Amino acid sequence: MSTFASSRETTQGTIYSVTGGDWDQVASEIGSAKEERVVVNMGPQHPSTHGVLRLMLELEGETITELRCGIGYLHTGIEKNTEFRTWTQGVTFVTRMDYLSPLFNETTYCLGVEKLLGITNDVPERASVIRVMMMEFNRISSHMVALGTGALELGAITPMFFAFREREKVLDVFEKVSGLRMNMAYIRPGGVAQDLPEGTVSGIRELIKDLRKNFKDNAKLLIGNSIWIKRTKGIGYLDLAGCITLGVTGPVLRSTGMPWDLRKTQPYCGYENYDFDVITADTCDVYGRFLIRMQELEQSLRIIEQCCDKLDKLEGAPVMVADKKIAWPAQLSLGGDGLGNSLDHIRQIMGTSMEALIHHFKIVTEGFRVPAGQVYTPVESPRGELGAHLVSDGGTRPYRVHFRAPSFSNLQSTSAMCEGSLIADVVAAVASIDPVMGDVDR
Amino acid sequence: MGLEEKLPSGFLLTTVEKLAGYMRKNSLWPATFGLACCAIEMMAIGSAGKYDISRFGMEVFRASPRQADLMIVAGRVSNKMAPVVRQIYDQMAAPKWVLSMGACASSGGMFNNYAIVQGVDHIIPVDIYLPGCPPRPEMLMDAILKLHDQIGNEKLGVNRAKIVKEIEASAIAATPIHQIPVFGKQG
Amino acid sequence: MSEQKGSFGIQGTGDTSGYGGLVRSSFSPTSAQKPYGSYFDEVTDELERAFPEFNDAIEKVVVDRGELTLHIKRQRLFDVAKTLRDTETLRFEVCLGVSGVHYPEDSQRELHAVYELLSMTHNRRMRLEVSAPESNPHIPSLVEVWAGTNWHEREAYDMFGIIFDGHPALTRILMPDDWPGHPQRKDYPLGGISVEYVGATIPSPDNRRSYR
Repeated sequence: MSTFASSRETTQGTIYSVTGGDWDQVASEIGSAKEERVVVNMGPQHPSTHGVLRLMLELEGETITELRCGIGYLHTGIEKNTEFRTWTQGVTFVTRMDYLSPLFNETTYCLGVEKLLGITNDVPERASVIRVMMMEFNRISSHMVALGTGALELGAITPMFFAFREREKVLDVFEKVSGLRMNMAYIRPGGVAQDLPEGTVSGIRELIKDLRKNFKDNAKLLIGNSIWIKRTKGIGYLDLAGCITLGVTGPVLRSTGMPWDLRKTQPYCGYENYDFDVITADTCDVYGRFLIRMQELEQSLRIIEQCCDKLDKLEGAPVMVADKKIAWPAQLSLGGDGLGNSLDHIRQIMGTSMEALIHHFKIVTEGFRVPAGQVYTPVESPRGELGAHLVSDGGTRPYRVHFRAPSFSNLQSTSAMCEGSLIADVVAAVASIDPVMGDVDR
Repeated sequence: MGLEEKLPSGFLLTTVEKLAGYMRKNSLWPATFGLACCAIEMMAIGSAGKYDISRFGMEVFRASPRQADLMIVAGRVSNKMAPVVRQIYDQMAAPKWVLSMGACASSGGMFNNYAIVQGVDHIIPVDIYLPGCPPRPEMLMDAILKLHDQIGNEKLGVNRAKIVKEIEASAIAATPIHQIPVFGKQG
Repeated sequence: MSEQKGSFGIQGTGDTSGYGGLVRSSFSPTSAQKPYGSYFDEVTDELERAFPEFNDAIEKVVVDRGELTLHIKRQRLFDVAKTLRDTETLRFEVCLGVSGVHYPEDSQRELHAVYELLSMTHNRRMRLEVSAPESNPHIPSLVEVWAGTNWHEREAYDMFGIIFDGHPALTRILMPDDWPGHPQRKDYPLGGISVEYVGATIPSPDNRRSYR
């Protein structure tokens, strides 16, 4: 008789919290209850719910009659926090929302700030190409986690090892370019924080060959695997009408056959100059979404190859907007004690240019002013349409930053996908939506 | 075990301590308590080949807190999640240890606001704090190894009671290093 | 109202010490004049054709930075939304979300709800903005028009206190169910504690010096 996995009487009936303990005991308690409705709580701490997601399932036997999501367990108040920081500091906050694809958060925020400033066309081309390349690498690393953890939740452990092995190689690229593996704060309003170090592009070209070969490992394991197909075909069905009315975008929408990808339909950051395909499936189920994610990896590699070619041609071009009153002033370099301001930059601002010193001081402490107005800038993140709604009152701090999180909208569809199916299918469906709770709760 | 309660302080107790410490530290099973970004680095340490922790016997992340020894609080703890953290901690069977991973779990991190608990030690006792945002997998391994040292040298029975008393006495006698501000006025 | 001048512009006393705390100014976007440019004329003309009481419902049309915003009276919101979704030439099938904004200086219209719309058929975007006073923060719910606004309206309620009439289950979604107050309003403090160092405390972000 445990004191924690207990039952509670409510107006809706008895609620059994299953938090470990003897399932037979709980089941016998349920069996002896007079009502037929059973509400089971797959609580915020659960190995198979992608993060701190709480699913409240009303069961009849093993079939789900009603499913509700409880979210907010990771609510961090990031949006309110940005109102007290400068526009550039907002990048470090915003990057931690969807922590599996931080560069997308940064890009959508920076595109919004640049739109408010009116400098969208002044962002140097090299900066845009670097942004695209980093975003596509981030798409690869995010899809790897989605595939790995999705497979892990369904019981397949090896794909997780393969996925994380490839992901580590991509994180090495991030570390080489920006200094951090995750939450890099690399993309700043006006461009990127610093240029690529020596030898990055050739290293990336080698890496692409490696990744292409190794992506086949996971593909060989899962595509066509009869167990995988039984667990994923026909599961989590959500057709086009359902997706559109719920505002679901991303691989879930593309699995219905709709080729809606913002990189093609409303391009940003120069995406119209790249040659890639929009992957769709027409089965509207978990298997379709899984195939879409696997094929999007290949498309991302194609884009990265084109980025490398462009970067070779743009050698030496600036990576920050030319307007010194907005451009992030610091140049970083690796010293004996870590990453810090390069001595050349310090020599310049302290010794030669008073103006540069003033700009550095003003921009870092006070921040630049952004003219009043509101904008909404969407990007195609690995999960769907990620948009930043920014409101400025003309000052150095944002007035309101709201992110349209794709996981938030996509997660609404779990009820539609899972009611009427079995508990095990909930796990597959949630894994196919690929929610990141940081994005959902912000 | 119970044996350590009955032994008087001496050679036999220290041998039992060493043996128990050795056993406990070498197969410390973590509970899955990944909350946010740090959870991804924790997953990397568990499943990426480069940072494999199964060499320490720790790759089995138990979902059930009853079967886990170590709770790695990885990520920001929001006010809504706090009672859940406490409940999971209570459900873990002794001996249990807590590693607060990342700046957000140790102190609230960069999120000094209404929604985040400013340090998970407001809710549960923490054995080792690990800074970083997020800490690299190598940093997490370093923290785990330091925790292993701590566990290996843990005192049991009467020795433990003696140390607990000593710590309490020194905490009571300690001089404050910081003036506690009057409530309502900002420092 | 007041706006900043220039990049390092002086405002008011020119006090740059920051001890005044974070000062916000409010702004009211000016109504745009026809022609609006790009597809905005088409959208507004079609809407006028399809929705007879157009001039009664639309308070202001703002075209700023390449984006169209229609400020709508909250009583007509549901009808306008339905028209935007159903008219063949408009077909804004997707509502990407509801964002709340709190303008405390905009008296009698403090709480704004901003609806972001997308038309996949015509590849267009637009925005609807509705306002409500704090004393009567009711806005009709659009869950029947776009089901995806369900959670977004719950979030706007949770964070701003905007009550959506007709919402099937308007409860808190991000904060704990019994949390008092609406955190993202401007008069709600950021919360947070002072950070203690040896020999100093740094106050929480909303109490710090804030350079304007």
